[in-house]
Amino acid sequence: MSFYEVVRFALRGLSANKLRSALTMLGILIGVAAVILLVAVGNGSAKAVSDRIEALGTNTVTVMSTGRGGSSSTALTKDMADALVDPVLAPDVKSVSPVVSSSSTVTYEGTDHDVSSFVGTTPGWFAASNTPVGQGAAFTADDEAQGRRVVVIGQTVAEELFPGVDPIDKQVTVGGALFTVIGVLEEKSSTGFQDANDTAVAPLTAVRQVLTGYGSLNSILVEAKDPDKVDAVQSEVSTILNQKMNVTTGSSTTPYRIQNASQLLETQTETADTFTTLLGAVAAISLLVGGIGITNIMLVTVTERTREIGIRKALGAPRRVILTQFLIEATLLSVIGGALGVAAALIGSNFEIVGVKPVIVPSSVGLALGVSIAIGLFFGGLPASRAARLRPIDALRYE
Amino acid sequence: MTRPVLDVRDLKKIYGQGEATVHALRGVNLTVERGDYVAIMGSSGSGKSTLMNILGALDIPSSGTYLLDGVDVSRLGDRQLALARNRLIGFIFQAFNLIPRTSAVANVELPLAYAGVKPKERRRRAMAALDIVGLAERAKHEPNQLSGGQQQRVAVARALVTEPALLLADEPTGNLDTRSTEDVLNVFDQLSAAGRTIVLITHEPEVGDRAKRLIRLVDGDIVADVRQSPIHRPPVGAFSGGRHAQ
Ligand SMILES: Nc1ncnc2c1ncn2[C@@H]1O[C@H](COP(=O)(O)OP(=O)(O)OP(=O)(O)O)[C@@H](O)[C@H]1O
Ligand SMILES: [Mg+2]
Repeated sequence: MSFYEVVRFALRGLSANKLRSALTMLGILIGVAAVILLVAVGNGSAKAVSDRIEALGTNTVTVMSTGRGGSSSTALTKDMADALVDPVLAPDVKSVSPVVSSSSTVTYEGTDHDVSSFVGTTPGWFAASNTPVGQGAAFTADDEAQGRRVVVIGQTVAEELFPGVDPIDKQVTVGGALFTVIGVLEEKSSTGFQDANDTAVAPLTAVRQVLTGYGSLNSILVEAKDPDKVDAVQSEVSTILNQKMNVTTGSSTTPYRIQNASQLLETQTETADTFTTLLGAVAAISLLVGGIGITNIMLVTVTERTREIGIRKALGAPRRVILTQFLIEATLLSVIGGALGVAAALIGSNFEIVGVKPVIVPSSVGLALGVSIAIGLFFGGLPASRAARLRPIDALRYE
Repeated sequence: MTRPVLDVRDLKKIYGQGEATVHALRGVNLTVERGDYVAIMGSSGSGKSTLMNILGALDIPSSGTYLLDGVDVSRLGDRQLALARNRLIGFIFQAFNLIPRTSAVANVELPLAYAGVKPKERRRRAMAALDIVGLAERAKHEPNQLSGGQQQRVAVARALVTEPALLLADEPTGNLDTRSTEDVLNVFDQLSAAGRTIVLITHEPEVGDRAKRLIRLVDGDIVADVRQSPIHRPPVGAFSGGRHAQ
């Protein structure tokens, strides 16, 4: 009996049991598609995070306090920020932006909106943090010096407070004081749980006066003249700060922490990797469940198939022909189901899923296909090979 | 002297263990010569099907030897057994054993497919076999769309289609009315007249009467073995005017 004939037998076997074939393929399809898509979502969100951090600029370092609360010995002060602008001690520093931030409620004509990050800083921050102003203008050094109450708002804030209205020159209330909107930030891609567009930026002096008080800074954003100089800037900054904060040289602990974008990128990527692993685990479970589904269908039909194998053997089918037929059936089911699953995942990855644009990981395609085909072959082939070994009469009596 | 087609010596078959042990066959000795037409009768549970399954190389005895065409079946490997079942033996099951959700003609074609016959030739011969049992117009029907008697006739067609030298039939007329029974028996008579060997099981005396030799089985033992007509003459029914008479 030629191989071609055996293939035709397998096809006839599949079409003779359309519902079972369809269900088996569906199980494999779902398992494969779920694995590929979930891993793609995890990968997509990781990629979005790293994109955003790269957008922050790779030529800045951020100084943060390691101390909690306002303990004066660990707090970052405006004075320290000013000290970092020093052409002699810190020749590679391009700009220094002290940053305070808090959440705050912004009100316009009776509409409230809670801004998650109300930032007070100096004009250099816009360039250093890669946050361009889309409409209107940023505040000036003069605004900052005078403590003028002007604010540049993010897209989300603009949409919430000024639907269909031009927000420029409108007055909003923040912490009991009136601020004039002078600009709207360009839309930023945001990932994860925090909306990057739910923000407002005002002069440091005004924000300290109205919202945060004159305590410590949250962070200092230092921009290097050149991306290659980031390391130099980092050491210059720490020298100056050590001096300012009386840290003995060689001390292992410092009251501040300096982070540059690539470090941030690293930690964020680690977080994202954890996320991907988690999703991968969920995906693996769904593949397992899909696999159990396949196993179930294959085992449920084993009685009937065993009888069929008994009949075929009684009519003179050698073991090898039977095995080949059943293996081809199982292969076709799992390969077609798997291919459909890949197709479904590819189509699905064109859509945003929970706000994330999935990015397919090629190895997940291979893995999902491999596992599902292995499951299909194993649970399709194993009962068949067992039945093919039985004496015809035992196979016929099987129940 | 030609060697017998079937040669069974001291065949025993024991099912189960301990309390539940059943001695289905208790030392059966039987030789069937080429061209013989044997009917086996006996009450229900007397071991007829058990014997038949062993003769068809579908089951193995607990002890004793079985020579098929002079060859010890217990020494055959899977491929040789498959070959014997396919080319030498046509087997009709008591329970039909058609493949579900597969058309009658595809069922009949199956042994030919395993014999390596080309699809066109296969279809032609399968249709011819179905025609013999009077089911040509039901060829496309699946087993669950056929009556019990029709399924039985499909099973008969499937056993005939390879033109086997040895036809083993376990109650081939058990579900048939007198007319269909007559048709099937005429086919058997014709095959017997053509020199093929037939062993069939039956509960119906008129079926047993047409065979050349009648064996009675009681509780796994042969109690009677009667020659009703000579081996090398056509069976009594062959010229009785059936439509398949020559
Ligand atoms: N697989 C089995 N396991 C245990 N006992 C069995 C098995 N098959 C048959 N038997 C027993 O062996 C005995 C002979 O059974 P067999 O099927 O050969 O009877 P039979 O003569 O064909 O009967 P019937 O005319 O009803 O078909 C019976 O007592 C039956 O219960
Ligand atoms: Mg029986």
